[in-house]
Amino acid sequence: MSTTTEQRAPGRARPWMDLRVLGPIIALIVLIVVGALMNPNFLSYANITNVLARSAFIGIIAVGMTFVITAGGLDLSVGSMAAFIAGLMIMVMNAALPGLGGGLAVILLGIVAALVAGLAAGWINGFLITTMRIEAFIVTLGTMGIYRSLVTWLADGGTLSLDFGLRTALQPLYYGGLFGVSWPIITFAVVAIIGEIVMRRTAFGRYCAAIGSNDTVARYSSVNVGRIRLLTYVGLGLLVGVATIMYVPRLGSASAATGVLWELEAIAAVIIGGTMLKGGFGRVWGSVVGVLILGLIGNILNLTDAVSPYLNGAIQGVIIVLAVILQREGKAGT
Amino acid sequence: MHVRAGPVMPGEARLELSSVCRSFGPVQVLFDVQIDLRPGEVHALIGENGAGKSTTMKIMSGYLQPTSGEVRLEGKDARFPDSQAAEAAGVVLIHQEFNLAEQLTVEENVFLGRELKRGPFLDRRAMRAKTAELLDRLKCHVSPSARVKDISTPDKQMVEIAKALGRDARVLIMDEPTAVLTNREAEVLFELVERLRADGVAILFTSHKLDEVKRISDRVTVMRDGRVIATTPTAEMTEDQMAEAMVGRELTDLYPARRAPLGDAVALKVEGLDVPGFAQGVSFTLRQGEVLGLAGLIGAGRTEAMEGLVGLRRSTGRVEIDGAPVTIRSPREAQDKGLVYLTEDRKGRGLLLNMGLRDNLTLQSLRDFTNPFLDNKGEDEALTKAIEDFDIRTPSRDARLGNLSGGNQQKLLVAKVMLTGPRIVIIDEPTRGIDIGTKQQIYDFIHRLAEEGVSIIVISSELPEVIGLADRVLVMRRGRIVGEVAGDEKTEDAIVRLAMGLEGEEDRESESA
Repeated sequence: MSTTTEQRAPGRARPWMDLRVLGPIIALIVLIVVGALMNPNFLSYANITNVLARSAFIGIIAVGMTFVITAGGLDLSVGSMAAFIAGLMIMVMNAALPGLGGGLAVILLGIVAALVAGLAAGWINGFLITTMRIEAFIVTLGTMGIYRSLVTWLADGGTLSLDFGLRTALQPLYYGGLFGVSWPIITFAVVAIIGEIVMRRTAFGRYCAAIGSNDTVARYSSVNVGRIRLLTYVGLGLLVGVATIMYVPRLGSASAATGVLWELEAIAAVIIGGTMLKGGFGRVWGSVVGVLILGLIGNILNLTDAVSPYLNGAIQGVIIVLAVILQREGKAGT
Repeated sequence: MHVRAGPVMPGEARLELSSVCRSFGPVQVLFDVQIDLRPGEVHALIGENGAGKSTTMKIMSGYLQPTSGEVRLEGKDARFPDSQAAEAAGVVLIHQEFNLAEQLTVEENVFLGRELKRGPFLDRRAMRAKTAELLDRLKCHVSPSARVKDISTPDKQMVEIAKALGRDARVLIMDEPTAVLTNREAEVLFELVERLRADGVAILFTSHKLDEVKRISDRVTVMRDGRVIATTPTAEMTEDQMAEAMVGRELTDLYPARRAPLGDAVALKVEGLDVPGFAQGVSFTLRQGEVLGLAGLIGAGRTEAMEGLVGLRRSTGRVEIDGAPVTIRSPREAQDKGLVYLTEDRKGRGLLLNMGLRDNLTLQSLRDFTNPFLDNKGEDEALTKAIEDFDIRTPSRDARLGNLSGGNQQKLLVAKVMLTGPRIVIIDEPTRGIDIGTKQQIYDFIHRLAEEGVSIIVISSELPEVIGLADRVLVMRRGRIVGEVAGDEKTEDAIVRLAMGLEGEEDRESESA
């Protein structure tokens, strides 16, 4: 008679806390099993490294995005920012080519240019959001349009192409690696591990969660809210720069179509991973799992004939909605 | 299947709980609760924080269901599936934290969810007229078209009550309705309660202020540890008996006399502190180990002045700590100089309710636990010590803070601020919304701190508290310090006269405008 009322106990209930932790991992395992059953090549070394390398760009950005969202923010500009940085990097390297020759110096210059541009772009977002107190959504919606437009303008509506000789010199950044593992995968792993440590084991990570949870409480607790918020955007900008450095050698060009929808993929990965969109709780490993889930879905659709690859976006959308439903608090309404 | 009671007779219960038990997971919080509310009666429910008052009220009003036991409305089974069902049956709970949509107008809030319509369109004129009529009945002077975010806290409460009356409430349950009101505003509320009682509404309210329980209630139910200890006519119980029944032991003197003599060293000297829009020319000194009271009406600028002092608001003025001039631009700078502020708003500004005890405890002093990685073991030890030192009662160490009772949240807030090792502490409303047993613990703690040489400023709207605790009391009115009382002059009368502007200031126009 009196058993059904039990489910309404507040927040402390444990059972589905476990689901929140395990949900993304279970989904990932299910995808791997499905993939392996549908196509024998799925688990081949070549396919796995291919998926990982393609996921690395979004993955690196998603790690930065995890901090931004955990601290109660959002950044819609990362895709455009990546395109703009790619264009800038290509222009800087092409321009420096006659002076510096085609060697390491030009490559290093390109890398530095991308990192500086990323830092600056992130700082501008952060400055407008924290010091000028404009909503993150509005600021990054604005910069999203600005960077997309700038790269179109720089390319004069077409494509910015890296000098052909430089392209060969730069290729190892994407195709090369250590012990058979390519640089994007290694970088993604290193960024993810550092991100996890920073989130879980440093004051910065704790402050991000506190600010996302209630920034007034954080301010009253002597936390420099503006500075921490700014740093999350600067960090994300830097990581966009890092991702772009390895993206440029892959195609050797940048255009208005570069990095389209990256911001949504990164945000989706973060949410699938269990970070709360309204802030206050975030986990970097979850975002990594989220990126892998999104990457595997596309890969499986490409490898099998059962479902059209054109439905990739639809399936990803379903996964995102499911993830949020599974992670929802038990009580509805409040 | 329940046995139906006979026809409802006068004096019989309108809403009744019998043998109600409630558990959250493995933890049982209510045991065989029996309570009945009668039409035309004001019923007070008192008890310490965590005694089960809130759970009881939520079961009455459909926010929670009993694990076992019966809820009856006029003799009929009334285990409401949710609060909407309860409201439809005329049982309305007014929360301590208001349930108002801040961006909507007063009128839109009053009719939220049951808008009057003419054809497919909203009948704004009728709703506005009805709202004005309800507000008039409450002697509340806000405009029906004002946005809720722009009106004062007491007005918000009136809007909540108007909303309940608009729903033809026959059982009105109020969770600490006077906690956010000044004495004068509380008077208006009491008058209203009298009128509702005459109209035959059954009223239940909780309060930690026993004098008002004594004054306006007809019957009182005392709860302790999830059980009803007693239900008696209020006239048969003194305030002391109520307090003792709540705590379950005899209460010693709430305000012990100063045990250690006061030194001469000046810990804090403030000259001409201006906080634009809130405080002007605030000057005072605070001696080492002294407890300085700061009294005044709500809105007198006490909180804002102190927030300006610690860098939470823009301010100008000269500040000296231990004789050395200092500049404080942020709470961090204040904290580095040993000056901390403990907010009055523990839920909105003090604590992260969705996070755990440990993360909350160390948030303000996280630098001390960084090496450069967080020292989780050190944090755990700090939590163990805080739980012990401050007698924090929690379902578990891993509980979210929102699951602690108000008194235990307050103790954790004090522990959090003290973990920074301050030498000057500003405590704003140290005992707002907490029970008498916890109050005593916090008073004890303030005395111990002062004995250890920590200098303390206590802001309080409860006059007995500020008089009992402080060595000297400063009184603020309209952003200025208008007087200081100490020793024998430290009486409620003297403070009230200063706070209301009846003496000590040229400006004598009445406050009520």
